Amino acid sequence: MTTNIRYKSRIPIKSDETPEEKQYVGFATLPNQVHRKSVKKGFDFTLMVAGESGMGKSTLVNSLFLTDLYKDRKLLNAEERINQTVEIIKHTVDIEEKGVKLKLTIVDTPGFGDAVNNNECWKPITDYIDQQFEQYFRDESGLNRKNIQDNRVHCCLYFIPPFGHGLRPVDVEFMKALHEKVNVVPLIAKADCLTPNEIKKLKDRVREEIERFGIKVYQFPECDSDEDEEFKQLDKELKECCPLAVIGSNTVVEARGQRVRGRLYPWGIVEVFLSVCVCVSVENQSHCDFVKLRNMLIRSHMHDLKDVTCDVHYENYRAQCIQDMTSKLTQDNRMESPIPILPLSTPDVETDRLIKMKDEEVNCYVIMGNITYTG
Amino acid sequence: MAATDVDIFSNEEKRNLSLGGHVGFDSLPDQLVSKSVTQGFCFNILCVGETGIGKSTLMNTLFNTMFENEEASHYQNGVCMRPRTYDLQESNVHLKLTIVDTVGFGDQINKEESYKPIVDYIDTQFENYLQEELKIKRSLFNYHDGRIHICLYFIAPTGHSLKSLDLVTMKKLDSKVNIIPIIAKADTISKSELHKFKIKIMSELVSNGVQIYQFPTDDDAVTEINSSMNAHLPFAVVGSIEEVKVGNKTVRARQYPWGVVQVENESHCDFVKLREMLIRVNMEDLREQTHARHYELYRRCKLEEMGFKDTDPDCEPFSLQETYEAKRKEFMGDLQKKEEEMRQMFVNKVKETEAELKEKERELHNKFEQLKHMHQEEKRKVEEKRRELEEEMNAFNRRKVAAETLSLAQPLKKDKDKKK
Repeated sequence: MTTNIRYKSRIPIKSDETPEEKQYVGFATLPNQVHRKSVKKGFDFTLMVAGESGMGKSTLVNSLFLTDLYKDRKLLNAEERINQTVEIIKHTVDIEEKGVKLKLTIVDTPGFGDAVNNNECWKPITDYIDQQFEQYFRDESGLNRKNIQDNRVHCCLYFIPPFGHGLRPVDVEFMKALHEKVNVVPLIAKADCLTPNEIKKLKDRVREEIERFGIKVYQFPECDSDEDEEFKQLDKELKECCPLAVIGSNTVVEARGQRVRGRLYPWGIVEVFLSVCVCVSVENQSHCDFVKLRNMLIRSHMHDLKDVTCDVHYENYRAQCIQDMTSKLTQDNRMESPIPILPLSTPDVETDRLIKMKDEEVNCYVIMGNITYTG
Repeated sequence: MAATDVDIFSNEEKRNLSLGGHVGFDSLPDQLVSKSVTQGFCFNILCVGETGIGKSTLMNTLFNTMFENEEASHYQNGVCMRPRTYDLQESNVHLKLTIVDTVGFGDQINKEESYKPIVDYIDTQFENYLQEELKIKRSLFNYHDGRIHICLYFIAPTGHSLKSLDLVTMKKLDSKVNIIPIIAKADTISKSELHKFKIKIMSELVSNGVQIYQFPTDDDAVTEINSSMNAHLPFAVVGSIEEVKVGNKTVRARQYPWGVVQVENESHCDFVKLREMLIRVNMEDLREQTHARHYELYRRCKLEEMGFKDTDPDCEPFSLQETYEAKRKEFMGDLQKKEEEMRQMFVNKVKETEAELKEKERELHNKFEQLKHMHQEEKRKVEEKRRELEEEMNAFNRRKVAAETLSLAQPLKKDKDKKK
C-alpha cells in the first residue's frame, strides 16, 4: 500500500451525464496538480536519532534507507568517553525513487548518555533544535523569502535499551526536554534480545511509564472515516504497537534460499524485513516492528510528521519567541505599540541615524518656535 | 605466628630422607578435606551491573535454584548493596552462599559516585575481619566471613566497547577483589561481532591497567583447562530458568521466533565455561586469593595508616606488641598533654573571671561611696533648710506675738472711739 493508491481512489470517476446535469467544474484534478508540482519541487526530511552508543542507531538508519551513511566512522574508547560531551553531526543525502526526489538529513547525536556524569547531556540537542527554529523564524520574517531552507528537525527517534525493566531516569529526562520541540518516536532497540513475551511486557511497561511521566510522544493522527479499511487496520495496529521494537542489520545473509537483510546466530537467523514468520514457533508473527517503522516513517506518515512540526512545534516556538520579545520591549519602554513585525533583523544603522537626525531637527524647530513666541 | 618459628626451618639444612615403609601421613589431605566438609564452606559473590542486565537470572541459572528476588526499579537515588545469604547443600557438602547485589547501579544521571558504595562495602567486610583478627579473644573458625571472593562484572552487550562507567568502576575495584568480567545477555550479539567485542574489551582493560582475575596456571592438574579458559575471557553468558523442549530433551533455554538459545550449549554461549571455572575448578583458589592477596593488601594499608611498621629505623624487626606498646605510650602521652592543656585553660579562665569580679566589686564600692557622699550632702542641705525654716518660724511667731499684744491694746482704743 502506498500513498499513491490512497489519493487516486478519491478522484471521482467521470460519469456519462451531460455537463449541465452534472455541473462538473473540474477542480477535482487539483490533487493531480499538487502531485506534479511536488514531484518537481522535491521533498526534504530531517530525522534525528538519539540514544546511548551501541544501541544500533547507525545500523537502523542504514537499514531504513538501504544505504551506508556511516562508512568511515571512528568510535571512541571507553576512557575517552568518560567526560564526553554530546556532538551534533549532520549527514545529508539525496535519494530518488520513481522520479520523486528526497533530500534526507540525518542528525546524529554521538556521545549522548556516554559520560559518567550525564547531567543535562541533552542540552546541546535542544539547543540545536531551537537554533533551527530560530533560523527558520528569521528567514520567514525576512524580506526575501524565496529560498528558505527548512532545516527544522521533523522527527526524533529515541532508542530505549532493551536490557532494563523500562525507562531509565535519563530516558525520561531526555524525552521530557524534547517532547514539546520535536516529534519524539520512542523505539525499543536491539529487540532480538527479547522473547515475544518479554517484548510485550516491556512495551506495556514503557507505555505506562510514558503516561505516568506525562511525556507527549508523537501520536498518529486519527483516521478519517472515509479512509479505506486497509489503511484503518494498519493504523490501528501501529497505534497498538507503540513503542516499536526494532532490529537493524548491515549484513545480508542467506535464509530460506534467499538473500535477506538479517543477523546470523548459531541458533537461527533474524530477518529484519520479515513480516510473516515461518519457523519453530507456532504463531505467525514478524520478527520485529522494523517494517512497521519503515512504513510509518517513510510511506505513510512522513508528511504528517512535517505538518506537526510546522503547525505545532514551530508555532509554539514562534509564539513563545514573540511573547518574550514583547515583554522585553515593554520593559524597555521604547515603543508603545505592542507587536513589532521586524524586530529580529539587526537594526539598520543607517535608518536609525536618519531617524535621530530628523528628531533633532524637529526639536530644534520646536525650541526656536518657543523662543520666538516668548520673545 | 611469631617471627621466630620461621627462622628455625630456614637456618637448618633440609635433608631428604626416604621412608622404610608406609607411615600413613599421606592421609593428611583427606583429614583436611573431611574437616572442611564438616565445617562447611563459605562463598561470597558480588554482582555488579546495570538494573535489568540479568544478574539475578544468572545466579538462579548458575546454582540451579530460585533465589527470591524482586525486580528492582530504575529510579533509585543511589547505589545500595543488598547482601543475601543462603544455605545450599550438594552431596554432603554444605555451602553458605552470600550473593551481594548492587541495586540501582548505572541508573542515575550522574554516576560519578556510583562506585563508592561498592568499595565501601568491600572495605567494611575486610575491616570486620581485621577487627576479629586483632581481638584478644577471637574465634576465627566460627566467624562468618563476609569478604567478597569474586566480583562478577556484567558488561552490557552494546557490541562496541566498554562503557565509561564500567571502566571507572573496574579500576576502583581491581585491587580489592577478584574481578571476572562477563558479557550479559549475549544472545544479542552474533558470533563475528562477539569475537570483535571480546578483543576490544580485553584490549581496553589491558591498556587501562585493570587487573582482572586470571585463572591460576601453576597447578598441574588444572593448568591446561585454566589457560584455555583465560583466552575466552570475558565470558558471554545467557541465563534462563525456563525450560524448553529441544528434540527429546528438556533444557534450560530462551525461545525466540527464529530459534532456541540453549544455555548449556557451548556453541551458543559461554555459560558452561563460566560454571566450570567459577564453581567446579577454581572456587577454592578464589577464596585463597581473596585472603592472601586482597585482604593482606588491605590489612597492610590499614595498619600502616595507623602507624605500625614492620621494621624500625634501625631495621630491627618490630613485633606487634612493641609497636602496640609504643603506640599506647604515645597515645597516653597525648592524652596527658591534652589534659594538662585543658586544666591550664580552666585555671586561666578562673583567674580571668576572678579578676573581672574583683573589678566589678571595686566599681560597686566606688559607686556606693559616691552615693553615700551625695546622700550626706543632701542631708546637710536639708538640715540647713530646716534651720532656716525654723528661724523663720520663730521670727514669725515673735512678730505674731508682738502683733497680738499690739492688737490687744488697740481694740480698747477702738472701743473708746466707737463709744464716743
